Amino acid sequence: MNRVLKRIAPQVITLIVLAALVSWFFPSFLEIEISDGRLVGPVIDIVKRGAPIAILGVGMTLVVATGGIDLSVGTVMAITGAVAAMALVNGWGVPIAIILALIAGLIAGIWNGVLVAYIGIQPIVATLILMTAGRGIAQLITEGRILTFNEPAFAWLGSGNLAGIPVPAILWVLTAILIAILMRRTALGLLVEAIGINQRASALAGINAKVILIAVYMASGLCAALAGVITTADILGADANNAGLWLELDAILAVVIGGNSLLGGRFSIAATVLGAMIIQTIDTGILLAGFPSEYNLVIKAVLVLSILMIQSPHLAREWALIRHQIARRRAAREQEV
Amino acid sequence: MNPRAYPLLATIAIFIVSYTLCALQFPTMFSTRVAGNLLTDNAYLGIVAVGMTIVIFSGGIDLSVGSVIAFSGVFIAVMLRDTNLHPLLIFALLLVITTLFGAAMGGLIDWLAMPPFIVTLAGMFLARGVAYMMTIESIPITDEFYTMLQKAYYLMPGKGRLTFIGVLMVVTVGIGMIVAHRTRFGTSVFALGGGENTARLMGVNVRQTTMKIYAFSGFMSGLGGIVFSIYTGSGYPLAAVGTELTAIAAVVIGGTLLAGGAGYVFGTLIGVLTMGLIQTYIVFDGTLSSWWTKIVIGILLLVFILLQKGLVHVSARRQSSHA
Repeated sequence: MNRVLKRIAPQVITLIVLAALVSWFFPSFLEIEISDGRLVGPVIDIVKRGAPIAILGVGMTLVVATGGIDLSVGTVMAITGAVAAMALVNGWGVPIAIILALIAGLIAGIWNGVLVAYIGIQPIVATLILMTAGRGIAQLITEGRILTFNEPAFAWLGSGNLAGIPVPAILWVLTAILIAILMRRTALGLLVEAIGINQRASALAGINAKVILIAVYMASGLCAALAGVITTADILGADANNAGLWLELDAILAVVIGGNSLLGGRFSIAATVLGAMIIQTIDTGILLAGFPSEYNLVIKAVLVLSILMIQSPHLAREWALIRHQIARRRAAREQEV
Repeated sequence: MNPRAYPLLATIAIFIVSYTLCALQFPTMFSTRVAGNLLTDNAYLGIVAVGMTIVIFSGGIDLSVGSVIAFSGVFIAVMLRDTNLHPLLIFALLLVITTLFGAAMGGLIDWLAMPPFIVTLAGMFLARGVAYMMTIESIPITDEFYTMLQKAYYLMPGKGRLTFIGVLMVVTVGIGMIVAHRTRFGTSVFALGGGENTARLMGVNVRQTTMKIYAFSGFMSGLGGIVFSIYTGSGYPLAAVGTELTAIAAVVIGGTLLAGGAGYVFGTLIGVLTMGLIQTYIVFDGTLSSWWTKIVIGILLLVFILLQKGLVHVSARRQSSHA
């Protein structure tokens, strides 16, 4: 437990600093009220709106841990949203709609996984294919229109409440816990990390790297499907052009802010979802603080660059070198004296 | 025959075959008008893709190009509106800014030992963010010099218009070919793409080369931005979203290995034209929806990558049988 706390400490501190900063501009930022039996407040809003990034981030963490990247998740959100909306419009019912959407996500994951594991295409290119073609597929499903529906049971997934807490928030927390338990209470997490550190070595050590790689991309596809369902349920419609647009970049950013290396290896899901909340706090906080939303991207860029600098292995090495030189010079001076 | 040239030859063959098929169905497509428009409509993409090609030769990636195009357009429009500077001076200023921006990203990539993906992603946010901060509206450009550039064309036989920006794109590809295949810098880029440690041991100055590579891409993005602003006659911070991915796709379709270390700049031109051809065909057909463009480009990407994989496999087998 202590190790986990130590691992996520930078993200927690960043989040606290951000919350303090936003509170300074917008004093009632941390206030939470109960109205009509549900929690209301800026923080609750962030936790709810951050759901798609957090869920995508969980899947992306696993992919990144194997040394890969999944550029297609935003597009897969559009596809699965379109599938769910199509099922609802045709009157197949909510359970079928959800199941079909999840299956679509799994198929997308298998596609990416096979391209990466069996054909040996670089993950960034392999997933770029689906990213390019996917929006076309989603538009094919919706026939170029924005499919709208009115299904309260489905809408509940995107805008409903359970025990006063927004359902999307519950869904991302559950997803994160489920995957974390699956990874850490079994050897799976270790195997995923082994592949990320050295795929050949892990294969020689007897790990079925190909199957695990496909499974990881399937998990990412499944997460994208869940995020797609939530977004579709929230706006009561499937927009093939804009659903999940550029969310893959936010998801990758969440993983990186979570301190996970893009080169693969050790990962932390808790840190990623905190990273997702950091991104959402910046997005919402800039608006609450009264800044025009135009500043959003520049602030985001500055933040990413600062985090990169802190994380950089080179910088740590150079810093150690400088300290070493200073110590040596001091020792030499003391000898002279 | 060098097996490395196979993907390029395949690209050229596919382009010629598909153009012929299109022309058989719509004879008017085989005219200088369509050819001229193909160059004009894809001019900015072609220029940006040349920069991207060099970056990909080195095994890197530059996600910032689309945002830099948007920034360029907004910068030019705002400067023309608020100052009395001559457009050419503004162009020079802009190219200096975007080149320095690229060099800074290259420097960071090497200095921080960070994946280019994430550094240029931050660059992408920064460039578009700065564009947003200058304006959130579309600013029209109503400069006389601009109108002249927009109307500058050579009337080819058959009434096709060879526009200034179309020619500029072809010239840029030529320069890119010389830089990549005929200079010391180009050789260093390929060496870097083959492997950083190997390149360093061979005497390549990795930091300087990395900075130059991204500076080159930054320069090309700025030039692409200028061309885009001439093409659209305005500056808009939301312009050219996703162009980086289209450019990467064009480079891959052009037969360049994304792993770096191999490829031809000329292939990128064919890649850009192939994608333009798909769009032109869909316009001519009239019944196909625009989303087919995306699906077809996705399929083309897959085909070319599989082709390359197959070729690499075959040549590796041949080498091992020789040994």
